[in-house]
Amino acid sequence: MALTSAASPRRAGRRSPLATTALLVVGLLATGGAYALVTASATADAKAASAQIVEEGGKLFATNCASCHGLLGQGTAAGPSVIGVGALAVDFQVGTGRMPLAASGPQAEVKPAQFTQEQIDAMAAWVAELAPGPAIPADRYVEGDGNAANGAQLFRTNCAMCHNVAGAGGALTEGKWAPGLANIDPVYVYAAMVTGPQNMPVFSDLNLSPEEKNDIITYLRYIDENPSVGGFDLGSLGPVSEGLFIWIFGLGGLVAVTIWLTAKSN
Amino acid sequence: MAEVHEGAAGSEVEKHESTAPRPATAVVRADRIPNPGFPPERLRVTDLDPKKEKQAERTVSGLFLLSIVGSIIAVVAYIVLPIEEGNPGSVRLNNLFLGVGITLGLLGIGIGAVHWSKALMHGHELVEQRHPTRGSDESRTRAVEIFRESNKESGFTRRSLVRNTLIGALVATPIPAVALFRDLAPEEDPIALLKQTMWEEGTRLALDPSGVPIRASDVTIGSVFHVIPEGLAELESHRLEEKAKAAVLLMRLPPDELNIREGRETWSYDGIVAYSKICTHVGCPVALYEQQTHHLLCPCHQSQFDVANHCEVIFGPAARPLPQLPITVDDEGYLVARRDFEEPVGPSFWEREL
Repeated sequence: MALTSAASPRRAGRRSPLATTALLVVGLLATGGAYALVTASATADAKAASAQIVEEGGKLFATNCASCHGLLGQGTAAGPSVIGVGALAVDFQVGTGRMPLAASGPQAEVKPAQFTQEQIDAMAAWVAELAPGPAIPADRYVEGDGNAANGAQLFRTNCAMCHNVAGAGGALTEGKWAPGLANIDPVYVYAAMVTGPQNMPVFSDLNLSPEEKNDIITYLRYIDENPSVGGFDLGSLGPVSEGLFIWIFGLGGLVAVTIWLTAKSN
Repeated sequence: MAEVHEGAAGSEVEKHESTAPRPATAVVRADRIPNPGFPPERLRVTDLDPKKEKQAERTVSGLFLLSIVGSIIAVVAYIVLPIEEGNPGSVRLNNLFLGVGITLGLLGIGIGAVHWSKALMHGHELVEQRHPTRGSDESRTRAVEIFRESNKESGFTRRSLVRNTLIGALVATPIPAVALFRDLAPEEDPIALLKQTMWEEGTRLALDPSGVPIRASDVTIGSVFHVIPEGLAELESHRLEEKAKAAVLLMRLPPDELNIREGRETWSYDGIVAYSKICTHVGCPVALYEQQTHHLLCPCHQSQFDVANHCEVIFGPAARPLPQLPITVDDEGYLVARRDFEEPVGPSFWEREL
């Protein structure tokens, strides 16, 4: 392109003005065609690569997940269908070690992840192929650079009743619990809101927009990074731990002082 | 008494008999255990050893010095560690060192003073007998005399007009207070206020806290929305009072898992149900919703409500199901209330009929 446009003024004297236009057209077609050729082969490569990933994910699913979720992800008596749960649910469940399930119980427990991130991505790709579902969010929604004050308000309204206002977690019914949210990977926080794992309700983008989710992530990051203003937070469990502390150490201290006051000196 | 027990209790009853008082006889009972008196006074180490005395003196003055240091720490911390706006860490440091300084300042004086009195001030043991409660006869007669004299001098019983008007005036003085405090009661009848909320026919369900109305299509299965009536966020007065009554939890269940009772077929919309968020036990916000079991847990006293069965109580102290808000959709697809709750929301009160 640069060559043709630079060359045209010099040759204008010897050739007809049409030649310049023709040359321009040829040049444009050549570069455009070359570009199209290159990109087409690139997408073909990517497609082949992603098909390979999906196939690999299918194999991983068949060997590790299908006994409960079914070979086609249709679900069995032992586990729910994964059709339509999306890549994000796989990333959350397998990435946090909740799946594969350690043991059947009231709630899947967090444990070290059993797969590498690549294997998780492959399974996620396979599950995403089954039916459309929530995908991994764009980086800008999990950066935690939003409005912490707005996030705190949304957290108090939507999350705090189960997860505690400081994100310390809390008990639910029949042995279930809402986990603590300190130092959780923002992608998993986002995933939990979108996919509603286990007994957590779903907070779709129509309820909390991606920006609002980022605000909530910002708030959680803020309480991770900033110390409690009032000193030791004793696990932020409120009257339970604070009451226990004051019963043992506060009243204990008063008893000790009373004994010391009334005892005769040596 | 002694005769009754005689046969059964044996020798012990005989002893009782021997010490039983005879009528109209002053009795001086011989104590079976003689009063051992006080143990011999034990001298403290500071009374015996001048070295220890000196040491205790140094400890006490050391505590007072510590108090001075604490007060200085408090002042220095206040200046050196100022509270910076937007930096919670600085608040924590400032509070911590200010608190440590003032604590040392006060505790140093207190502990020092107690240690001084325990270790160094004289340690003689004294017995102070209690005074009898009854006054002496002279002071009692004198008191009666004073009353008589003042009655005579003031004429309290003689001048009955003065006395009675004074009593009347004393009775009347608290009346303004009654009038004033009576006016602190709410202007409107509070019982009627407990029986109605902001919801009325056609009020749109809106998101808490933004007040954005919710479309039925926004509510995906398994979702939970925290809902206020549209317009509440813009209320200028009594906003919190209205919110405390009108707060609603909106959930969408898979329609086949929702058991709809006869007479309430039109109260939900395609699996979307709305229930009052105010617990019927003591009014805590119930919002711990489990989307698989459809149980709703109140965090205060563990009442559990079954959303799939019209929020009936399945566990805990709540006596009534959560009131259901009848909902439908309007022409534009927004969720709206059909009418107000059919029963008062929240805990019981005396005048409640339902």
